[in-house]
Amino acid sequence: MIELLYFRNSYPMTKLIEVKEITKKFDDITAVDGISFSVARGELFGFLGPNGAGKTTTINMLTGLARPDSGTISIGGVDCSKNPKAAQSLFGVVPDESNLYPELSGFDNLCFCAALYGMGDKERRKKAASLLETFGLKEAGHRKFAGYSRGMKRKLTIAAGVIHNPPLLFLDEPTTGIDVASARLIRQLIAELRDTGTTIFLTTHYIEEAERLCDRIAFIVNGRIVRIDSVANLLQPVKGMHSMMIFVSGMKPDLSMTLSSTFPDLRFSIPSGNMIRVESGAPIFVSPLARFLEDRNIDVMEARRLRPSLEDVFAQITGIESEKMKKEKEKKGGGS
Amino acid sequence: MKQWIAFWNILKKDMRAYYLKPPNISWGLVFPVAWAAMFFIKSGRGLESVRTLLPGLMAFSILFGTTSLLSVTITFEKKNRSFERLLLAPISLELLMLSKTSGAILFGMANPLVPLVLAMFLTDLSGISWVALLPAALLISISSTFLGLFIAVSVSEVFEAQTFSNFFRFPMIFLCGLFFPVSSLPVFLRPFSYLLPLTYGVDILHGAIHGGNAMPLIWDFLIIMIFCIVLFYISLKIILKRWII
Ligand SMILES: Nc1ncnc2c1ncn2[C@@H]1O[C@H](COP(=O)(O)OP(=O)(O)OP(=O)(O)O)[C@@H](O)[C@H]1O
Ligand SMILES: [Mg+2]
Repeated sequence: MIELLYFRNSYPMTKLIEVKEITKKFDDITAVDGISFSVARGELFGFLGPNGAGKTTTINMLTGLARPDSGTISIGGVDCSKNPKAAQSLFGVVPDESNLYPELSGFDNLCFCAALYGMGDKERRKKAASLLETFGLKEAGHRKFAGYSRGMKRKLTIAAGVIHNPPLLFLDEPTTGIDVASARLIRQLIAELRDTGTTIFLTTHYIEEAERLCDRIAFIVNGRIVRIDSVANLLQPVKGMHSMMIFVSGMKPDLSMTLSSTFPDLRFSIPSGNMIRVESGAPIFVSPLARFLEDRNIDVMEARRLRPSLEDVFAQITGIESEKMKKEKEKKGGGS
Repeated sequence: MKQWIAFWNILKKDMRAYYLKPPNISWGLVFPVAWAAMFFIKSGRGLESVRTLLPGLMAFSILFGTTSLLSVTITFEKKNRSFERLLLAPISLELLMLSKTSGAILFGMANPLVPLVLAMFLTDLSGISWVALLPAALLISISSTFLGLFIAVSVSEVFEAQTFSNFFRFPMIFLCGLFFPVSSLPVFLRPFSYLLPLTYGVDILHGAIHGGNAMPLIWDFLIIMIFCIVLFYISLKIILKRWII
């Protein structure tokens, strides 16, 4: 914490990461294609994109595990493209794969990772014990990492990334492959880290996660950033758009037509036998619709307003249904 | 200071996780003793031959105790990606690789104690030049470890590292003058002998133990040191080229 304050005061600039036109090719594929962005101090920056978009490659270039073919990277004012080691004491990294030491216990793994950053013996034992507690791994702390379940491995890997209290944290798909409760715990922790001043670079394919946590988001597709903006601004175009789903029983065949002629301001579609989707540029009132349907002996079971989401923006911008991308991801299995 | 905390803990972790495990201990201790017994019996000579066998046995136990260790500490860790943590740590690559190898070097120094202590019981070891023997053992240990490092960073799979280290070290038993002088080898093989650092280390051991060195010791020392430095820096270059893509 002291280190963090010192760090903050000693560089009065606002941009912690500044990336200009970085490109990375692997043989014939261009994994990252001339992207530029910056991350402000204290910001939680999200990197969102489908499989193979170039998220991990970007993190690798920022952290010094890969060299960009061209372009510049600066972290904390240090030019990392020339000297990738120079900035490494400023950040922690949680890689996409849980890569701790299988033959060490959870506790020893954490202590070892802290020692890599020069943390003293007493301090690292204390921090390791408290992190095990935070992540609900206290009981498993003395067991070997090799015997952990996938979710436990993921949690320990995240703990290892933050054990030295870095002012900047890279998180590569932190919540992939773990159960709902653990994912919530991790999101909570990420939010806490942000609130205490840690700058965070997060990649994810969970759009809701990005929407809930991030200050700004970059959408990356095929190695290019297609859109980069604050969450509020990203939701803007969808904000003026209202939609509602009405669940009914006793659907009539030509309903869509009669609805459209009766309510010309609204757009209707019937996604399935018992649902009617209504869209409009203005707020939608339920009672006239319900009355109309009941007059035709169609029972209205439920009417639900559909919240605009980043998912819509994402689908709109990238032309990729995020559902499809999520399924691919789950098939692939992600994390480990 | 912080870098040294990292250095020491990497070394300690490797020691605990890999070196002090039963398979390594048996490989480092039992194997040389078995070979020693075999050579001793085969030579058919009396106890006076112990002294001429000792340099070869010491070199042998160092070579076999070090080279294969790097396939675990380096190749295996690269394969399971935990090596990335080390590459991400704020520690210079030179210091990092020294910490990854110094365990093997120390282990290599401990191994020749076995033939040495055994020989002490069998024969009189007075007159040994310890001033030459100890640094020679250290340099053999360093050069064998760095040879193992060179192999470990040049391959991707653990079995490849093990295969290649055997590819080097079994011929080395015969090429480097461990049990037969290099001068007794066929002429076309001798250039290979002089391309291997162990040849020079073994020559010092022969000189230190029974005065049978083929070259001036100062040259032996100089050449083996150059081998150590070159092998280390080539290995670093390979890491930068292959692992920081
Ligand atoms: N070491 C490598 N060698 C060859 N190609 C690579 C390498 N690493 C990445 N790529 C390629 O670069 C592209 C971007 O990969 P990257 O891992 O950055 O994607 P990602 O956005 O992290 O995807 P995911 O969501 O699956 O993690 C892919 O086409 C991938 O095949
Ligand atoms: Mg990835």
